[in-house]
Amino acid sequence: MSSGAAAPLAASVDRQRGPWTFVRHALVIVEIEARKLRKDPTELLMRAIQPALWLLVFGQAFSRFRVLPDPSVSYRAFLTPGILAQSITFVSIFYGISIIWEMDMGLLQKIITTPIRLSAFVAGKMCAASLRSLSQAVIILLLALVVGIRLHVSLLSLLGVLFIVLLGGAFFSGLSMVIATLVRTRERMMGIGQLITMPLFFSSNALYPMSIMPGWLKVMATVNPMSYLVDGLRGLLILEPGAHYGLDVGVLGCAIALMWGLNVLLYPRILSA
Amino acid sequence: MQDDPAKPDAAEVIRVQHLEKRFGEVHAVAGIDFSVYAGECFVLLGPNGAGKSTTIKMMTGLMKSDGGSIEIGGWSVAQSPVRVRSLIGYVPQMLSVDGNLTGYENLLVFAKLYGLRRSERTERIREILERFDLAEAADRLVRTYSGGMIRKLEIGQAVLHHPRVLFLDEPTVGLDPVARKGVWEHIERLRHEQNMTIVLTTHYMEEAESLCTRIAIMSRGRIAALGTAQALRAQMGQPDASMDDVFAHFAGRFEQEEGGMRSVFRSRRTARRLG
Repeated sequence: MSSGAAAPLAASVDRQRGPWTFVRHALVIVEIEARKLRKDPTELLMRAIQPALWLLVFGQAFSRFRVLPDPSVSYRAFLTPGILAQSITFVSIFYGISIIWEMDMGLLQKIITTPIRLSAFVAGKMCAASLRSLSQAVIILLLALVVGIRLHVSLLSLLGVLFIVLLGGAFFSGLSMVIATLVRTRERMMGIGQLITMPLFFSSNALYPMSIMPGWLKVMATVNPMSYLVDGLRGLLILEPGAHYGLDVGVLGCAIALMWGLNVLLYPRILSA
Repeated sequence: MQDDPAKPDAAEVIRVQHLEKRFGEVHAVAGIDFSVYAGECFVLLGPNGAGKSTTIKMMTGLMKSDGGSIEIGGWSVAQSPVRVRSLIGYVPQMLSVDGNLTGYENLLVFAKLYGLRRSERTERIREILERFDLAEAADRLVRTYSGGMIRKLEIGQAVLHHPRVLFLDEPTVGLDPVARKGVWEHIERLRHEQNMTIVLTTHYMEEAESLCTRIAIMSRGRIAALGTAQALRAQMGQPDASMDDVFAHFAGRFEQEEGGMRSVFRSRRTARRLG
């Protein structure tokens, strides 16, 4: 072979290093999602129907059982953060389906051959998915307001709620992306999603306070990440005493970091398929 | 593989050495060597499962190799993947633009991923839209585009940053003859006007012969023959053989066990989506 390859070629674009590039690239991935959501918000509106039923029908009926230790809090107000957490979980846990779809098409492969780092790509996708959760939060809070559920609303509490919603969305969509790399087909992803959503929901503190749970369920609720999501949201929205914000944010943050790391490890496997 | 007599004088842009890939028992790419030179149009031909797509995926960094090395523009794909990716453009066989975004948006987000500055971005996007005759359709959702327009947009997206090397995996599969010709004219222009090096796979023998400078025929993970169409005929001993004969001579003598349902499914689906 000739010695034709003398000096290495300078990149046509040479600004691809450092933490700022990481953030810039991740934001482009978020931008793609945001542009698509703006064009077609039907899916998000449809997804808001189920939580509405929970609040309006289940909430109404169940409030007659008086399960809450504190009689001054209405059950519907107690339930609202739980339903919000449920909605975040459900909208996020199926995010892997769209990842598999984009992969089957070839879109992800093309994106990953641009100078973006895989770690930035995964972070971008997890943030993009939590954007969808954010829209659910806005719809559910508005709905609660319209039907006269009394929540604690201040600028600070709202910002706190949105922050925790973003954390929850990022975690559950990250989890969904991990599952997507393992199951690889949309059908299986759908099945697994269905399989885990209800147990997650019922074994958390979304519907009833931890204090009335039997011992075994308490254990499950403690290891269920959804409980921490609910705890944070409930503390902010109905000023429930004894919310553990630090713990909630810490657990969700660690869980997000874990999912991010797993995805960075797992994605090369499927992108080359 | 012998050193190729028809080797061009231009600088070496890609150097592949002893490249290997195994999938379990299958030796998908069994230690291949070749170089591609600046401004070439280099084509990988071969039956399904011969290792063409695997080779392209390893060159673009999508797949890790199990042995050997690839250098693009003097940079190792394994050691400087981000640097290499700023030098290349890749158009996969499958559909790689987002149907729920407009043509303009598809270009915009890629311009950002390539790290183009704001002022450059506007200019390059306009350049691409005009070059590929997409200016009028720029603000339409891509899912309303025809197959030929989608392919042009996909290529435009991959050359926004003026890459040194453009990789195309089956760029004309599923297109009607008119659209196919259009796509080829654009690839030719990129090569002549920007001296872009093109590496592609195809199943269309006439295309390979009339448009590419050199042809590598792959079979069972090896390069069975490499050279200009003329050189390959000479090597075969039949100066007036058709390209189909040349192909059959070097690659077609064995049944290929790979490919199978998955690859048939994939190529038909791509064809349907584009068509």
